[in-house]
Amino acid sequence: MSSNRRRTGPNGSDWRNALFIAPYLFFFLTLLVFPLFWGIWLSFHKADTFSSGAFVGFNNYVRLFNDHVFLQSIWNTFYFVFLTVPALAIIGLTLALALNSSSRLATVLRSLYFSSSVLSVTIVTLIWRIVFVPQFGLLSTIYGWFGAEAPAVLADPDLAMIGIALTTIWWCIGLPMMLFLAALQQIPGDIYEAAALDNAGWWRTLISITLPSIRRTFVLVLIIQIVLQFQLFGQSWLLTRGGPNNLTKPIVLYIYDIAFRRWDVGLGAAASEVLFALILVAAMTQYLISRRQEER
Amino acid sequence: MTAEIDIRNVSKRFGSLTVLEDLSLKIPAHEFVVFLGPSGCGKSTLLRMIAGLESIDIGEIFINGEPIGHLPPGQRGVAMVFQSYALYPHMTVRQNMAFGLQNISVSSKVIAERVANAARMLEIGHLLDRKPGQLSGGQRQRVAIGRAVVKEPNAFLFDEPLSNLDAALRARTRVELAQLHQRLKSTMIFVTHDQMEAMTLADRIVVMNNKKIEQIGSPMDIYDRPATRFVAGFVGTPQMNFLNVTALATEPSGVRVECGALAVVAPFDAAAVGRATMLGIRAESVSVVRDGEGDIGATIDVLERLGDRSLVHARLADGQSVVANEAGQTRLKVGERIGLRFAGDKAHLFDADGVAFHVREAVS
Ligand SMILES: Nc1ncnc2c1ncn2[C@@H]1O[C@H](COP(=O)(O)OP(=O)(O)O)[C@@H](O)[C@H]1O
Ligand SMILES: [Mg+2]
Repeated sequence: MSSNRRRTGPNGSDWRNALFIAPYLFFFLTLLVFPLFWGIWLSFHKADTFSSGAFVGFNNYVRLFNDHVFLQSIWNTFYFVFLTVPALAIIGLTLALALNSSSRLATVLRSLYFSSSVLSVTIVTLIWRIVFVPQFGLLSTIYGWFGAEAPAVLADPDLAMIGIALTTIWWCIGLPMMLFLAALQQIPGDIYEAAALDNAGWWRTLISITLPSIRRTFVLVLIIQIVLQFQLFGQSWLLTRGGPNNLTKPIVLYIYDIAFRRWDVGLGAAASEVLFALILVAAMTQYLISRRQEER
Repeated sequence: MTAEIDIRNVSKRFGSLTVLEDLSLKIPAHEFVVFLGPSGCGKSTLLRMIAGLESIDIGEIFINGEPIGHLPPGQRGVAMVFQSYALYPHMTVRQNMAFGLQNISVSSKVIAERVANAARMLEIGHLLDRKPGQLSGGQRQRVAIGRAVVKEPNAFLFDEPLSNLDAALRARTRVELAQLHQRLKSTMIFVTHDQMEAMTLADRIVVMNNKKIEQIGSPMDIYDRPATRFVAGFVGTPQMNFLNVTALATEPSGVRVECGALAVVAPFDAAAVGRATMLGIRAESVSVVRDGEGDIGATIDVLERLGDRSLVHARLADGQSVVANEAGQTRLKVGERIGLRFAGDKAHLFDADGVAFHVREAVS
């Protein structure tokens, strides 16, 4: 097995093998890599829809970090990620543990919990608007049973983001649950039998056998959800329009406002690059920490 | 530190499938018992019922006189070695061995001591900080045994622990298991479908087939005086020769058994007369002689050379096939006409239900 033979493969030269990945590569380059670099290029220019002209150096970035609405949106985004990602991982795992059986009930419940994931954001926010709407909403009705008055969640500065987070968790819980279920089913049954013979109780089995066995999936879920939830847009836009007082305006909504409603494309591009960097750093940190722990 | 295991009238079904039916068995302390039987006959199920991994539908199992059916697996004082080893993949070898002891709050000093002892005994000291994924099959197997040993159980349960090893390693581990038993003196139950493992390891073999026990006995008992036709056919390589009986008669020197042109006279149990339908005899009790001599003539179909001996597959005139033993250096050739001599006092008779009749044991 010389390295030369491995490189060319059994069927001849490299370029023929390359043909197989060419279609993917084409779309990867045109739809992902090219816009990425174009975005970087744009962020160093003063650009609007009619002209993408003058080079302005870091000017866009300076403007960006002097804009308190942008800083607020960064804070909002982090707050939202903090509210949703751990909750999605933990609730997803709990559901998976509870529903990891072949009983009829578990099967039905699994489909039920997953079903919200297939709805579009429009439907999801519509449903939760009905929950939150003052006086007639589900929340108000429940409060009413106890003779209390429900807060106007989406208009309350302290509660609006929590409302959006709740909506998002309800919408997104299916995927983490399914990933955890798949991971649980991969664990060989005999190590649970060995654990039973080793006198491990329910809790000890969970901590020492089950959780370590699905650690990779846990990291995967965290990374997927960090990447997804940093891009919050639809729920905020449809539920609160970023209000009250920009307190639920995430970075993507800020970019949308700047680039497509105020047509300051250069500034919007700069904000996009910041978001991209944030997601990359967050996901990589998560990955590296888990790698380090695994090597121990 | 050792257990007497008493299985009384145990039955087990999975849904509508009955796997074990009214099975009773007493295993004295210190004994090395092998459950031997074809795949799917319920050996593992019985073992797992002793371990507590399967419930007992009917009947009860006693360990040292105490009923254990209601006890969870960890509290029966038994340790099990699984066919797949079932090591915890994310724990080091040391942690794998310590886990069961930590769960019953054994002090860390004692744990370290026992792990060190077991590691020395099994020669896995240099592997203690590795994870199972970094071990070879044979090393994993040792770790699985070590994990059982540190628990100092009353009884060891082995479920086909050698079947994932290559032939050389299997033979070596077999010897080591026998040594382990001599050293620890614990009761050991070993499940296998391999009669060679059973013969070499067991104090007593329990031959199982079709929901029940066919025979319980020492390896030589099972080999020399099989209780049923199933046992006779299952134990021993090559398989015992079986010939249809055409006539039976009592004679002064014993029972005369005719199988077509072949006649064998031996002091068989007189109860066989009128009932036996089948004669069984092992290859080593049939010898090859010159054509025209011996009890019957035959033609060589196949010659299997095994080195130390050869197996001669011969065909009788009526079409029945007989395997005979011959020296390793034999000059015989396929197609050659030969005579076969049957050692009648080593033969067995079986009735239509498979019950065996043997030659009466010599009174001494
Ligand atoms: N959990 C189970 N559910 C249903 N049938 C089972 C189960 N475990 C074993 N069986 C069946 O019981 C029979 C005996 O199985 P087993 O004890 O594993 O046999 P052996 O170990 O002798 O090969 C087989 O027919 C098997 O298919
Ligand atoms: Mg089995």
